[in-house]
Amino acid sequence: MISVHGLSVSYGAVRALDDVSFDAAPGKITAILGANGAGKTTLLRTISGLVTPKAGTITMGERTLVGMKTEDIARAGLGHVPEGRGVIAEFTVEENLRLGAMAANVDLKTGLAAQYEQFPVLGQRRNQHAATLSGGERQMLAMARALIAQPKVLLLDEPSLGLAPLVTQELMGTIKDLCASQNLTVVLVEQNAKSALRIAHDAVVLHLGTVAASATAAEVAADERLRQYYLGLVEQ
Amino acid sequence: MNFLTSHFMSDIFLGATNGVLYGLIALSLVIVWRATSILNFAQGAMAMFATYLGMTMTEHGLNFWLAFALAIVAGFAMGGVTERVLVRPLYKRPEINSIVVMVGFLGVLESAASAIWSSSPRVLVSPFSQNYFQHGNTTIDLSPFALFQIGAALAVMLGVGAIFQYTKIGLQLRASALAPEVARLLGVRVNRLLTFGWMLSSAAGVVAAVIITSSSSIFLTPSVMDGFFVFGFIAAAVGGLESPVGAIVSGLLIGLAQQFLLDYAPSGLSSFAPVVILVVALMIRPQGLFTTTKARRV
Repeated sequence: MISVHGLSVSYGAVRALDDVSFDAAPGKITAILGANGAGKTTLLRTISGLVTPKAGTITMGERTLVGMKTEDIARAGLGHVPEGRGVIAEFTVEENLRLGAMAANVDLKTGLAAQYEQFPVLGQRRNQHAATLSGGERQMLAMARALIAQPKVLLLDEPSLGLAPLVTQELMGTIKDLCASQNLTVVLVEQNAKSALRIAHDAVVLHLGTVAASATAAEVAADERLRQYYLGLVEQ
Repeated sequence: MNFLTSHFMSDIFLGATNGVLYGLIALSLVIVWRATSILNFAQGAMAMFATYLGMTMTEHGLNFWLAFALAIVAGFAMGGVTERVLVRPLYKRPEINSIVVMVGFLGVLESAASAIWSSSPRVLVSPFSQNYFQHGNTTIDLSPFALFQIGAALAVMLGVGAIFQYTKIGLQLRASALAPEVARLLGVRVNRLLTFGWMLSSAAGVVAAVIITSSSSIFLTPSVMDGFFVFGFIAAAVGGLESPVGAIVSGLLIGLAQQFLLDYAPSGLSSFAPVVILVVALMIRPQGLFTTTKARRV
């Protein structure tokens, strides 16, 4: 479980996050929603130690993450699938997965088998370079590469970006299943609020770096004001 | 067998021998460039320094192979220390900073070597004969020593290739070079791997320096690697700086071009060959002959 409390981040004079707090529980998907520039990606990057906060605490279970190196946070059980997926295009599918398994000290053979079972298309393309994969396949690879390390917490940054609606739907289904079957704590950053709210249990709405709302996904989805002003979900 | 003793083959043998040495130096530069986007202008000087250490060992009665091994170990250590102390503060700084620091380091190492060992030429004797093989009354322009040079260089090239392609550490090193942030998110200790990249590069450079200076026609001096470094550097640039295979092939090309021009062109022209190849190659393909990836900034 991830607990963020009073988190503030500045880029020079620009305040990217201001006093942000939320909890994400195991076996649940917590959606972080908001427009461009709301601070969603900064929030994930701060949890992963890529950005140093000005104030606030982040804990994963018993561990305090602020001040830890990114690679140590990853080794402690945090998987982060970055925006734009971050698959290494020059590597084959299997090399990407091997890389994911290495630091986590998991058995490579069983790990690969499990991921190929979860994402059969990756098994079929194991020796292809990641550059040759479609957008949806790359997203699968990025998720499989994070999952092979058996993380306790999974941060997903805009997984639906650039994907066709059907592929997005399928992907969201996969995320939901994984979360439930592996008791994962999933933090899902999405601009596509509609599809994120469909699978999320809880939702945090960010607006210009502050928490505009924090409630269950159903409550957020039902709140007309939030839908209109922050999520751009206007009934046609 | 007449073919082997022909003029043409003689040029091939002599050119290829120099060419693999340029290729090895170029490979060493490419490893560091790919990992850290820094051109190690002190690469030749670092290798020279480690070779002096090895030479000192042989003067104290150690046999050639043990001294060679110790020089390689010294090369590993120098590469690691250089990365940690000199290079790490240069990441994410303007390129001119690293150029100034590495050129400065070159000067420091050459001066230190002069101060410790004096600049008078020293000799490192290899256990291989440098007499050319004979076929009847004719000479094949290849000696056991040249075969040792080619063999050692190829062994290092294959070894480095195998490390990169087939080992865990190689995969992590490639990932650290291609996508450092993604590698960190996957738990890869990127800083340690970059240090390892410098160690590997430095050790490969030491092998080049030892097999160059253990020739009876080349003496060990503090500036002995300067010329070789320039040709190795040109080979790396022609290959595109990113490509290990490109570095090796370009090194061979330059070695052969020098030898053929020495033989067939008016005297003096051969020393221009590498520069001409560099200019022509960069005019045809500015990104280098063997680079397949697009330009990127790490």
